[in-house]
Amino acid sequence: MYKRVSAFDVYRQALPVVLVSLVAGLFAGTILGSEPMRDGIESVPGILVLLPAFLATRGGVYGSLGARLSSGLHQGIIEPRFTFDQRLSNAVIASFINGMVVSVFIAVVAFLVLWIVADGGNLLQLVGIMVVAGVLSAVLMLSALVTVVFVGYRRGLDPDNIVGPLVTTLGDVFGVVFLLVAIYLVGLLL
Amino acid sequence: MSDDYAGDDLTGLSDSLGELYEEFAGSEDSAAQFDSPLEDDWQIRPMVLTMVPLLAALSILQMVSGSVLETFEEVLLTNPALLILVPVQIGTAGNLGSIMCSRLSTQLHLGTFEFTLDNPEIRSNSGAVIGLGLTVFTLVGVAAWAIGRALGGTLGFVDVLTISLVSGTLLAAFVVIVSLLAVSTSYRLGYNPDDTTIPVVTNVCDITGVLILFAVITLVL
Repeated sequence: MYKRVSAFDVYRQALPVVLVSLVAGLFAGTILGSEPMRDGIESVPGILVLLPAFLATRGGVYGSLGARLSSGLHQGIIEPRFTFDQRLSNAVIASFINGMVVSVFIAVVAFLVLWIVADGGNLLQLVGIMVVAGVLSAVLMLSALVTVVFVGYRRGLDPDNIVGPLVTTLGDVFGVVFLLVAIYLVGLLL
Repeated sequence: MSDDYAGDDLTGLSDSLGELYEEFAGSEDSAAQFDSPLEDDWQIRPMVLTMVPLLAALSILQMVSGSVLETFEEVLLTNPALLILVPVQIGTAGNLGSIMCSRLSTQLHLGTFEFTLDNPEIRSNSGAVIGLGLTVFTLVGVAAWAIGRALGGTLGFVDVLTISLVSGTLLAAFVVIVSLLAVSTSYRLGYNPDDTTIPVVTNVCDITGVLILFAVITLVL
């Protein structure tokens, strides 16, 4: 029989997850508000245009990889071991391609938006920043996700419960950090 | 749907992705897959071709909040406290939306869901979401003010807390309404709300979160 719950029960159950994402958001926000990042935003037109799409993509790409890994582990068609496996490597390669293609797409769309609503930006610069930030976050997110899901699964944790908070937290924090690194690196080259 | 206008772009994108995939996977994969044929579900090509158009369409939607941020660039750069509010606002909105939707969908599946205002389930879930919103956005207001000060901002405590709480409360109310509408609409149209509501509601709430935040900033400052 389904037990009726009060508003307070729901509140108490959901609070930990909401607080974790709050801390991650504050951390990401602090980097966003820091002096070097504000200089970056000021010197590269379009960073703010692509920011929401860039952060949302991280959730989409790696959240779906996480869900796929959980289902594979539950079905027993993926082993939680770090040896070569065709399914695992296909899923990882596909996520990498997804992340990179969408990152470049975001740079192009942000450039178009900037061209329409403001006085234009630099396409090469935006694409460069998205490629660097995309590669860095792919390397971190793919290795962190596979490691945490496998190690967690071997210790008896349900990967379905780990993937959501992990992707949100790491994705937001490192998304902004790698965006800053990318602005710096591309600034050295261009 | 507003994704429609992206259709032509995305078809072209899918084609070029097909080619990209062939280059990428051609050499080593074809031999390996010949030995042990994998389910279609675990091939690179379908994973890329289904996800990329979806993600591309969502990023076009996200450009709405991006353009708003760009419009307020000067205000954001002079007041780091407001810049700190942005990722929190985006993240919390999506989170509250997905909590509300997955709870309502579960009740729908269990047969205890009735779309009326005096349904105690709807009341307790809505109350919890509003309560979570108030808690989070009070904490966020205090933290964003303090961090903003440390980063050299000058915005007063009352201003930051007002912006955070007012926009947070409006957002929580919006999350409640959108989640209820999404779950009941998806049920009426015959879709499983587990599959459809969360991606739609999280994205809608992310974007609305930014719009509400800047509407409140305009009013308060």
